[in-house]
Amino acid sequence: MNNKIERINEPIEASFQLLEGDFANAGAASSAMKRVLMDLGVDEDIIRRAAIAAFEAEMNVIIHGVAGSLHYIITRDHILITVTDMGPGIPNIELAMQEGYSTAPDWVREMGWGAGMGLPNIKKNSDEFNIDTVIGEGTTLEIKILLNDRGERR
Amino acid sequence: MKIADILRVVEGRLIAKGMSDSLEIQSVCGSDMMSDALMYALKGALLITSLNQTQVIRTAELADIPAVLVVLGKPISQDMMSMAEEKNIALISSPMSLFTACGKLYEHGLRSCHEQQNRED
Repeated sequence: MNNKIERINEPIEASFQLLEGDFANAGAASSAMKRVLMDLGVDEDIIRRAAIAAFEAEMNVIIHGVAGSLHYIITRDHILITVTDMGPGIPNIELAMQEGYSTAPDWVREMGWGAGMGLPNIKKNSDEFNIDTVIGEGTTLEIKILLNDRGERR
Repeated sequence: MKIADILRVVEGRLIAKGMSDSLEIQSVCGSDMMSDALMYALKGALLITSLNQTQVIRTAELADIPAVLVVLGKPISQDMMSMAEEKNIALISSPMSLFTACGKLYEHGLRSCHEQQNRED
C-alpha cells in the first residue's frame, strides 16, 4: 500500500464552518477529510469509519446545531475530529446514546435523517469518543480514530 | 449481480454510470433513513431508497456504497445526478415500489446487508 501516513512530519489539519439547515453542503467537510485520508494511503476500512463518524457529527450540527465547525487533525497514528456547535445542548446523554432515540423534527425525518442512530454510530466507529455538552450553549464531540490498527471492526 | 442485471430486474434506467461495468453487487440496504444506511450498509452494497435528495449520494460516497437505486420513479434532480457523476456512484431510477424492487432482487439472489454480514461472520 502507498502509505504516506508513516512519512508525514507535521500534523495535517483543516477546519470547516457548518450551518444549521444547510443540507446542500451537508457532508462536504467529511468528504474533503475522506479524500485527504485516501491520499495518505490510510487503510480503507479505517477511512470508512472516520468518514461515517464525521458525517453523522456534521449532520447533527446541520439538524440541531445553529452554527458550528468541524476540525480534524491527522498525525502518524490517529485522526482527531472535533465537531463543535452552538445548539441547544443534549439534556440527557445516556438517552441520546440509545439507538432509535431522536429529537429531530418531522421535516428532518422526511429528508432521511433523525433515525436516532447518529451518536451510537459515531461511538461504534470511534476508538475514543467524548461528548461535552452545556444546555443552552452547545455541544462538542471529540472523535479519535487510530490509523494504524487493522480497522476491520464494523 | 451486475448493474446491467439489476436494471433488467427492476425495469430501471441508469441515470449516472459510476463504475457500473465493473461492479458486482452482493448485498442491499433498503431504507429511507440515511443514518440506518450509515449504520447497517456494508461496503460495496446497493442502497435502495425512495429519497431523491443529494444527501443520498453523499451517504453513498462516505459509506463506500457504489450504487443507489431510487424507487417509485421519483424525479432525480440535476444536482443529484451531477453529484453521482462526480462521486462515481451508479444511480438507477426504477418505477417499482421499494417493496417490489427489494422483492424482485431478493428473488434473483441478492440479500440484505444483515444476511450478508451473518454469512461472512
